[in-house]
Amino acid sequence: MKLLRELLFPVIAVLMAFVVGGVIVWIIGDNPFEVYGLLLGSALTWPDGIGYTLFYATPLIFTGLAVAVAFRCGLLNIGAEGQLYAAAFATAWVSIKLGGTVIEDFAGKPVSYGWMSLPAVVLVPVAVLTAVAVGAGWGAIPGWLKARYGAHEVITTIMMNFIAVALVSYFTQYYYKAPGDPIMQSVPIGAAAHIPRLGDFVPGLPQRLPINVAFLLAILACALVYIFLWRTKWGYEIRATGANPSAAEYGGINVRKQIVLAMAVSGALAGMVGISEVLGYRYRYYDGFSAGYGFTGIAVALLGRNHPVGVFFAALLFGMLIRGGIFVDAFSQHVTKDLVEVLQAIVILFVAAEALFRGPFSRFGLLKRSKV
Amino acid sequence: MSEIFNLGLLFSAIRLATPLLLAALGGMFSERSGVINIALEGLMLAGAFTAASMTWYAGSPWVGLLSAIVAGAAIAGIHAVACIRYKADQVVSGTAINILLTGVPALLSGAFFLSSGSTPQIPKEHLMPPSLIITGISLFIFVWSFMRYTPLAKSPKALQVAVTVALVPFIVFVISHTPLRPLLGQPAVIWLAFALVPISFYVLFKTPFGLRLRAVGENPEAADAAGINVRAMRYSAVLLSGALAGIGGAYLSIGQSSLFTRNMSAGRGFIALAALIFGKWRPVQTMLACLLFGFTEAIAIQLQGVHFGGEEIPTQFVQIIPYVLTIVVLAGFIGQSRAPRALGIPYQKER
Repeated sequence: MKLLRELLFPVIAVLMAFVVGGVIVWIIGDNPFEVYGLLLGSALTWPDGIGYTLFYATPLIFTGLAVAVAFRCGLLNIGAEGQLYAAAFATAWVSIKLGGTVIEDFAGKPVSYGWMSLPAVVLVPVAVLTAVAVGAGWGAIPGWLKARYGAHEVITTIMMNFIAVALVSYFTQYYYKAPGDPIMQSVPIGAAAHIPRLGDFVPGLPQRLPINVAFLLAILACALVYIFLWRTKWGYEIRATGANPSAAEYGGINVRKQIVLAMAVSGALAGMVGISEVLGYRYRYYDGFSAGYGFTGIAVALLGRNHPVGVFFAALLFGMLIRGGIFVDAFSQHVTKDLVEVLQAIVILFVAAEALFRGPFSRFGLLKRSKV
Repeated sequence: MSEIFNLGLLFSAIRLATPLLLAALGGMFSERSGVINIALEGLMLAGAFTAASMTWYAGSPWVGLLSAIVAGAAIAGIHAVACIRYKADQVVSGTAINILLTGVPALLSGAFFLSSGSTPQIPKEHLMPPSLIITGISLFIFVWSFMRYTPLAKSPKALQVAVTVALVPFIVFVISHTPLRPLLGQPAVIWLAFALVPISFYVLFKTPFGLRLRAVGENPEAADAAGINVRAMRYSAVLLSGALAGIGGAYLSIGQSSLFTRNMSAGRGFIALAALIFGKWRPVQTMLACLLFGFTEAIAIQLQGVHFGGEEIPTQFVQIIPYVLTIVVLAGFIGQSRAPRALGIPYQKER
């Protein structure tokens, strides 16, 4: 019964968002059923649809978990976007420096960008840990600013997003772009840093699909976050801080420490996006690669009720939308893939304003009227 | 370096500060009433898109401006209903509005203009025109707000008005003989934005409305007990913020530019928010912060492609100045920036 109640509002929110989105599609002049058929149908074909859906869901699982962990501590991490950019660049940087990237310049002369060429067994863990550590560090700064100086984390994380984007674009542009490359991207990372794609060992899944082992890491992260939040002392203290900071303080919990810890864990999770994008897909840092993953993470966390299992399924839903959106762009008459963003926003609004549905439901006695 | 730092830079700083100032003043009203408004970015986009498309259809910038105001207020209305009526988390709702407004203009322009997120080019004669009347009125308001600090403060009002009226043409004359002269040929909204600073100051600190607004943002329970309608105050503040941010957006699309392009606000809503915090939720300080941030943007633009000692000067470090300064101020390293006390807390009337 409790599970049912937890599921009720997210499901209603999604359905309502689809209804509102359908009306918008209808006003624009397309058949909403056709568009939704295209949107969801193209995301569920095997192997391409499902492969891409899971690939797009991977960063959303990470950012969704990131927002959820912070939220459990009573913090809103709008900075996942900046954390994942910083981490993605850092992991690319390590993989270039320690992976021994060599490219040819205009004259065909080899230019080395790396310091050394480590074997994959060492390089991959180092690159992965770099992503985690840099994400954690970038997330911990606003946490520290809040704990130490009381600076509101929403504003500082927004500002940190812009700072991260500007800094990594600076480093890419001036130091790690191949000479003459018109695209804002770094030189390729060393081949030893590549992580396997799922197509390498899943039968029937072509190797060309970008879905990689980072997806398995994302599932693992869901489990670890669950254990961390509900089975460890740190998780308990974080949740206690989120539920009632003064009571937690009174109960002997160092609230300031929990704030920094929660933001660091949150940043580490957001940073893992870099593993999927850089080590498993593009094999280089690509400026502006994130299609708002950090912000979609807020929708994912809210829809998933800040629980790892909910986050996983919410991320799958949004992954489907991103995949299907590309087909809507190509095959529908008027509607573009921007419909996905609109749906996302409406879902967030409905989940955030769930009091909207509470009224009618309590009227029919389906829910106990809340005291507040 | 002298080709970078000149009075022309001040001119472009004022131009670039205008949309920031409009959005920041809007945000100030909303936040002073206790409703966080990180939706400024989305509200500006709503204004920019509506202004561009309506101007294109109607062929008049005034229709465009007016519909931008309506659109900004309408979208802010969604934020207001979610936050005030349904007690949604204000930051979450604001984020949703921002995401919504990256999608909706692109969706609509794809449907109506068969483009990938931009409106058609608007003919030059339909863009926001300079207007001597609005410039004059704005200057009058600006000069008038300084009258209190002159020896004329104690003299009869009629004399003060006469002196102010006489000063306005003189100031226009002086401006037209400095490098700021091109400002007179710019859209009148620039002047309006700066005139709104003393007006906002007056409304916020000298009128019953402003007093109630601040009371609602600081201590809604006490305000409620004093008979103030907390919800109505917050609704009007949020709608006002939408209208002002909408004007800011309209200036971007039909003032500074001649069409709407995808995500054309490019983070200006967030810089406006930063300016608001940097300006400690006060009109004059916020204006100064907007000018400072406009100045950094102007420098960043000027630096593009400039070589200094053989090296290209990276603009990224200039671009992040507003963000770094905001963090520094928020952390209390330079002075204290204190938010309205009830900011972000939905108000629940006692039963």
